[in-house]
Amino acid sequence: MSDDIKPRLRVPTTAKKGEVVEVKTLITHPMENGQRKDADGKLVPRLIVNSLAVTYNDKPVLNATLEPAIAANPYLAFFLKVEESGTLKFKWTDDAKQSWTAESKIEVA
Amino acid sequence: MTIRCTTIRRRSALLSIAGVLVARGALATPDSTKEWLAGLTKGAPKEGKVTLKAPEIAENGNAVPLTVSVESEMSEKSWVKALYVAADGNPNPGVAIYEFTPMSGKAEVQMRIRLAQTQKLVAVAEMNDGTLYTASREVKVTIGGCGG
Repeated sequence: MSDDIKPRLRVPTTAKKGEVVEVKTLITHPMENGQRKDADGKLVPRLIVNSLAVTYNDKPVLNATLEPAIAANPYLAFFLKVEESGTLKFKWTDDAKQSWTAESKIEVA
Repeated sequence: MTIRCTTIRRRSALLSIAGVLVARGALATPDSTKEWLAGLTKGAPKEGKVTLKAPEIAENGNAVPLTVSVESEMSEKSWVKALYVAADGNPNPGVAIYEFTPMSGKAEVQMRIRLAQTQKLVAVAEMNDGTLYTASREVKVTIGGCGG
């Protein structure tokens, strides 16, 4: 099942120095909220992506803590101020302590 | 599409059962939402600086687009440290917590959230100097958008 879980990014590849760019992220994950019952009437245990940590050149940019109220395939868009070329890194973690990473380079022209 | 429809029906069925069996106990309330926020922040938030953008009426409570932004210059001197988002009519009040840094450039996040019913969304922003700002917004949720 975890094979289906894929992070997706939309990050600009270039930016001007000091520019604030929009970063869009999505990870395909069912975000099982722990409230739903399966066909046998048993509660499906909670299994959600509970955090996303974003760093740029290994300095923290954004830490998100997600609750079951976040929709399936959690989408998150945020901003980043680019002062220098670097690598934007993402790490998602779920309740089962599985994690997925992604990265994207931004070049300052 | 079929899957989504059944989920909605199942959820609305569950909600109505929960409603009958335990009255309001199963869902978050404005009070439990305040408690959740108070447990994370110190002090009383002032109205202002925070903007919540969401549709007035959401047809599909499974994925409601929400944008929360906070007025701030996001500099080394003054930035938004954290943003707490809650909903007062879901099984749990918490929706998400975002911790920013001056590198964020702009304190704005877009997400998609689940809403079990018509309810109020509340956001509290914590500035780097500890001051708190809040805003809220009601979203009406149409359940049974799949002909049910």
